[in-house]
Amino acid sequence: MTTATLEPKHARDREGIQRSPLARIIDRLGGGLLQVVVIVIALFWLMPTLGLFVVSLREQEANTSSGWWTLLTQPAQITLDNYANLLASGFTSSFWNTILITVPTTLLVIGIAAMAGYAFAWIEFPGRDALFLVVIGLLVVPIQIALIPIAGLYGTLGIFGSIPAVVLFHVAFGLPFAIFLLRNFFAGIPRELLEAARMDGAGEWKIFSTVVFPLAKPAIASLGIFQFLWVWNDLLVALVFADTENQPMTKALQSQMRQFQSNVDILAPGAFLSLLIPLILFFAFQRYFVQGMLAGSVK
Amino acid sequence: MASIVLTNVDKVYAGGVKAVNSLNLEIRDGEFMVLVGPSGCGKSTALRMVAGLEDISGGEIRIGEKVVNHLPPKDRDIAMVFQNYALYPHMTVEENLAFGLKLRKMPKSEIQKRVNEAAKMLGLEQYLKRKPAALSGGQRQRVAMGRAIVREPQAFLMDEPLSNLDAKLRVSMRASLNQMHERLGVTTVYVTHDQVEAMTLGDRVCVLRDGLLQQVDTPQNLFDKPVNLFVAGFMGSPSMNFVTAELVKDGGTAVAFAGYRLPVPDSTFHDKPGLDQYFGRKVILGIRPSDFEDSVAANGNVSNGWVRIPARAEVTEELGSEINVLFLIDAPPVEHRDTVAAADQGDDTDTSLPLVGGKSLWTARVNARSHVRPGQNIELAVDTHNLHFFDVDSGLAIGHPANIGR
Repeated sequence: MTTATLEPKHARDREGIQRSPLARIIDRLGGGLLQVVVIVIALFWLMPTLGLFVVSLREQEANTSSGWWTLLTQPAQITLDNYANLLASGFTSSFWNTILITVPTTLLVIGIAAMAGYAFAWIEFPGRDALFLVVIGLLVVPIQIALIPIAGLYGTLGIFGSIPAVVLFHVAFGLPFAIFLLRNFFAGIPRELLEAARMDGAGEWKIFSTVVFPLAKPAIASLGIFQFLWVWNDLLVALVFADTENQPMTKALQSQMRQFQSNVDILAPGAFLSLLIPLILFFAFQRYFVQGMLAGSVK
Repeated sequence: MASIVLTNVDKVYAGGVKAVNSLNLEIRDGEFMVLVGPSGCGKSTALRMVAGLEDISGGEIRIGEKVVNHLPPKDRDIAMVFQNYALYPHMTVEENLAFGLKLRKMPKSEIQKRVNEAAKMLGLEQYLKRKPAALSGGQRQRVAMGRAIVREPQAFLMDEPLSNLDAKLRVSMRASLNQMHERLGVTTVYVTHDQVEAMTLGDRVCVLRDGLLQQVDTPQNLFDKPVNLFVAGFMGSPSMNFVTAELVKDGGTAVAFAGYRLPVPDSTFHDKPGLDQYFGRKVILGIRPSDFEDSVAANGNVSNGWVRIPARAEVTEELGSEINVLFLIDAPPVEHRDTVAAADQGDDTDTSLPLVGGKSLWTARVNARSHVRPGQNIELAVDTHNLHFFDVDSGLAIGHPANIGR
């Protein structure tokens, strides 16, 4: 046995002298290979999006005569005409409709669910557990069974086809899951934290707004993103409840589909636009997915 | 500052469990009162009722002149320090300290002044902009203290505030707590299960067991004159040695057990009225480990009132300055419910040896000069002035002022 083998392994690794070239190559490849695989998967995943983007930048004739990848050999095909046409058409109003439906829905769901979740987690009131069980039960109610009765109800109320009608429907079916999620998150906050606030002189509202809500930011942000995406991408509810003038993008895009051919020059940029906003939102809030806000509060 | 008075306070949980049973306690203005007892004794519940975090099932709690039974915590003008600190993790140290003052709509300049004063007092000045996650355990603990101090409340309530700290830090925090109380003079109620903390911190200590008040007294009195077997066994570490013995009169008053015979001085009968009724009857004898000494090592100091008894050291625990000598007494262990409850703390000194077989294991704390080794025979001297006598049935200390007439 030579003295070299008695050295700590990491020391040899650092020097890189004692090890065979083959071992080093395998090592390098091991780390590199993983990255290559990850990148390939990511690119593969991005392919349709990339294709959509390219299609949205080509003229309709070009799209019908050749595939989008031919752009790689003929970069001159790029044009913004599709987007210009899109904006000139009625599509912008459906974009605003989507926003007018999605943003209030998300805010309402978060606001109501946060307060309800706080009550379910921290306020003792008679029938609390039974009521919470009902909320959990509502999680499994499919929205399809409510379409016809709610449509009738909206008709009676005279709001059928309006944006508030769509928003209300989304809020109603978004709440059970949101309450469930936030209640469980709130219940995980150490009791002493709320008691400390109580001793410091805070009432329920102050505890909710200054202690619990800020601590629940990660949960609220992720809930918000999910809720936003669900409503943003919804087609079923929009098809049933939204009039043509109140229709969101999904419905507007769907109406561009034809039986034998589709208006790719409208569909592609429209679909790409509808994809862009959620992406921006996700990147803006993604740190909340990773961040553990509770670290260090109690031992 | 204010006194806190509990009158016949009950706490009954759903299901009929009585956590606190008719508790009467007066905490004087500016006093440091420690509530101590084994887990589940109701000490934390009592504290939380004073805080207003638990409803009061019966009785009355006064803070100052005000009955606070139905006041929410924020209207009681008291501050609390929690075991796990309960710092707001999304706020900086400064915001943590200022939170309670802000809620009370105090002017900004005053808040700033108080926060700075408290931070200076607790050595937290350089950490004011940090979040709790970036602090060590001791620093977090100080922030929790600071949050109470800035409020300048009528009283501090502390629920085992030191139990999450490591042993060394706990000792130094204990000292600074003492200092802080000296300086601020605020009425303090302090809950702990650690009897060393209770002894060192409290002006007076209140021993609770199963929701029942056992004894309230100064630490020294609790140690010297425990009211019953439970308090005797709970206070002091290592805990008091017990044996069932007989009080005899032939050839001088003495107490006999397991082949030993310890003379009982006349002064003892004078100090413990009613003890003379027990001649010829069984009593439970208690001797503190610290009332033993190695007669050889302490030669000369052992004289008046000290009696020598031979023993064989089974186990020795060397603590540097002292040695705990564990030896066997040829008498069955005292199985009184009080001694069992007191020994059932499950912390520091677990003196259960396997295979003691119907004998009691006693502990003597002798001077480190003794050099006694396990298996050696040793002659122990006992201070017969400090013998404790308890009634076999009731477990009450015979002749204790609180027990006369009971």
